[in-house]
Amino acid sequence: MKRIIIGSWRWLDDRLGISALIGPSLKHLVPHDARWWYVFGSATLVAFIVQVVTGVALAFSYASSSSQAYETLQFITNQAPFGRFLRGMHYFGASAMVLMVGAHMAQTFLFGSYKYPREMNWTTGVLLLAFTIVMGFTGQLLRWDQTAAWSVVVAAEQAGRVPFIGDFLAQFILGGTTIGGATLSRFFAIHVFIMPALIFLFIGIHLMLVLRHGIAEPPVAGMVVDPATYRAEYEERMHKTGRPFYPEGAWRDFVFGTGVIVVITLLSYFVGPPKLDAPPDPSVLNADPRPDWYLLWAFALLALIPPEVEGYVMILAPVIIGIVLLAAPILNNRGERAPSRRPWSIAVVLLSVIMIGSLWIAGANSPWSPNFNPPPLPEKVVGATSGPVFEGAKLFRDRGCLNCHLIAGYGGRRGPDLTYVGDKLSESDIVIRIVNGGVNMPALGKVVTPEQLAQITAFLQSRKRPLRPENQASDTASSSTSAPK
Amino acid sequence: MPERPLTPEQITRRRFLEKLCIGLSGVCAAILGIPIVGFVVAPIFRRTTGKWISVGHIADFEVGKTVSVTVTDPSPLPWAGITAKSALWLRRINDAEFIAFSVNCTHLGCPVRWLQDADLFMCPCHGGVYYSDGTVAAGPPPKPLIRYDVRTANGQVQIKTMAIPITTTL
Repeated sequence: MKRIIIGSWRWLDDRLGISALIGPSLKHLVPHDARWWYVFGSATLVAFIVQVVTGVALAFSYASSSSQAYETLQFITNQAPFGRFLRGMHYFGASAMVLMVGAHMAQTFLFGSYKYPREMNWTTGVLLLAFTIVMGFTGQLLRWDQTAAWSVVVAAEQAGRVPFIGDFLAQFILGGTTIGGATLSRFFAIHVFIMPALIFLFIGIHLMLVLRHGIAEPPVAGMVVDPATYRAEYEERMHKTGRPFYPEGAWRDFVFGTGVIVVITLLSYFVGPPKLDAPPDPSVLNADPRPDWYLLWAFALLALIPPEVEGYVMILAPVIIGIVLLAAPILNNRGERAPSRRPWSIAVVLLSVIMIGSLWIAGANSPWSPNFNPPPLPEKVVGATSGPVFEGAKLFRDRGCLNCHLIAGYGGRRGPDLTYVGDKLSESDIVIRIVNGGVNMPALGKVVTPEQLAQITAFLQSRKRPLRPENQASDTASSSTSAPK
Repeated sequence: MPERPLTPEQITRRRFLEKLCIGLSGVCAAILGIPIVGFVVAPIFRRTTGKWISVGHIADFEVGKTVSVTVTDPSPLPWAGITAKSALWLRRINDAEFIAFSVNCTHLGCPVRWLQDADLFMCPCHGGVYYSDGTVAAGPPPKPLIRYDVRTANGQVQIKTMAIPITTTL
C-alpha cells in the first residue's frame, strides 16, 4: 500500500513538476541568524490568507446591493451558523494584517534591509501597505451601515480636494452625485476583485524578489553594503553558514503564524465583530461616523490640522509621504545597515509610532466633537435650586454651551473646561466672550436676551474653586453621609 | 542549441512580428478597455439632480422653526432602497419665505445637526459649528453651509434637488 502511494506520488510529481518548481524555493539558503525578527512578513501573509478565506466565505451570503447589504449583514451576524465568528475573523484578520505590515516595515527599515540590492523589495512592500489600507477602508464601507454610508461621503469630500479633478473623483467614489444604488457595488468590486488581484500580484513579485535577492542578514555594525561587492559576499556567506529556509528558518514563521491565527480566533470568538450601526439611511441625521481603529489617526488629523493649511495636508502630505517611502531605498541604498550606526532610523520609527499613537488616542477621545446630549447639571454641581445661578445653569445647557464646555466633568470637551472659570475671568470678560465669541466659539449675542446673559454670567461666576481645604472636606463629608436637609 | 546566424530578411521579419504581437495586444486592450472604463465611469454622468420636488404643505411648517425634511431621489436606481433618501434643513422665515440648507458639513460632508435652543448647526465629526444663517461659527469648515433653491407653488414647499456639495480646492 505504502509503495503504491509513494509510486503514485513520484509519478504525479514527475509529470506535474511540483518538487522541481517549489523545491529550490523551499530549500533556498537563509542566514543562520535570521530569527524572530524575521517573522512579520510571513505573519502578514498569514493574515492575508485568513482574509481571503473568510472573505470568500462571507461573500456566499453577502448581497452587494445598497438596499439589501445591511439585511444580509444582520443575517450573517445573527442567524447564519458561524456568521458572527467569520465576521469577527475578517475584522481581526484585517487588524492583524495592518499591524503585521507595520511591524514588518519597521523591522526592514531598522535593519536597513531595503538597501542594495533589495530596493524593489521595499518599494513593492510600500505598495502592498497602500493596498492594505485601501482594503481596510473599503472593507469598513462594505459593513454597509450608517457609519459606512457617511464614510463614503467623507471619502468623496476628501477626494474632492484634489485640484482640477476633485469633483470627478468625488463622483466616481459616490457612483454619481449622491449616495444611491450605484454606491455600494463599486466598493464591493474594488474590495473583492480589484484590490485582492493587485495584492496577489504584488505578493507574488515581493516573494519572487525575496528569492532573487535572498533574505537580508541581521545587520552588524561596520559591515557596510557596497553594491560592487555585496552580491558576491552574500553568496559566499550563504554557502558557508546559510541554512535551508524549510524547515530551519520556516519553523519560526509557522509558530508565529499559528499564534496570529490563534489570537484572531480567540478575539473573534470572545470579542466578536464590530457592531452594526443603524441602517444606511442618509436622511437620518443622528449619525456619528468614525473610522475603524486603523484609520482613527487620520480622523484625528482631519480634525486637528489648522484650516488654513488643510488643503495641503489632505492632498500634498499623502503624495509626499508616498513618494518618499517609494523612493527611500533608491535615495539611500548603500553603507551601514546597523541601527546603532543609523540612529536617525530609530528616531524615524519612534517618531512615526508616537505621531500615529498620539493621533490615535486623540481620535479615540475626539474632544473636538460636541457632546450632543449632555445630561442636565445635577443640583450638587449647580449649587442652587433657584435664582440667577440656577436659571443660568439651565440656560448654559439649553443654549448649547454644555455641548462643548465641561463643568465638573459634565458636558463636552470641545472648548475650555469651565469648572472654575469664576476664578479666572471677571464678569465683563465672561460677558464679552459670550456676546462676541472667540476662536472656535460662536458669538451668542443674538441668541440670548440681556436677562439670560446676566443669568449665564452669574452661573459662570459662581464656578469657583473651594476656598479652603476644610470646606472641601466638609463638602465631601456631608454628601457621603447624606445628611437630612 | 546554438542559433544559426540570421539573414537580414529574417531580422526584419522578426522585428516586424514582434511589433505585430505588441500592436495586437494594444488593440485587444483597447477593445476591452474602452467599454470597461466607460461602464465603470458611467454612473458619474447620470444626472438625477436639478429637479423640483415637494417636501410638504406650507402650512405644515411653523414660522421660525428649522426642521429636517426627507427627500427621495425622484429617479433612483431600482435597488437603491433607503439610500435613495436624503435630508435637508428647512426653515420657514416668514409667511412666504423658506430657506433650505444642505446637511453636509462643508469640511468633509458629515451630517450637521440643528440645535434649536442654541441656534446653531453642529457637526459630529471634526467639530464644525455654523450660525443659523449657515455661516461658519467655529471649527474647520472652509465655507458656509450650502443652500438649496426653495420655492413655493400650489401651497407646497418645493426644493430643487442637488448633488452632495463637494468642497474643492481648484
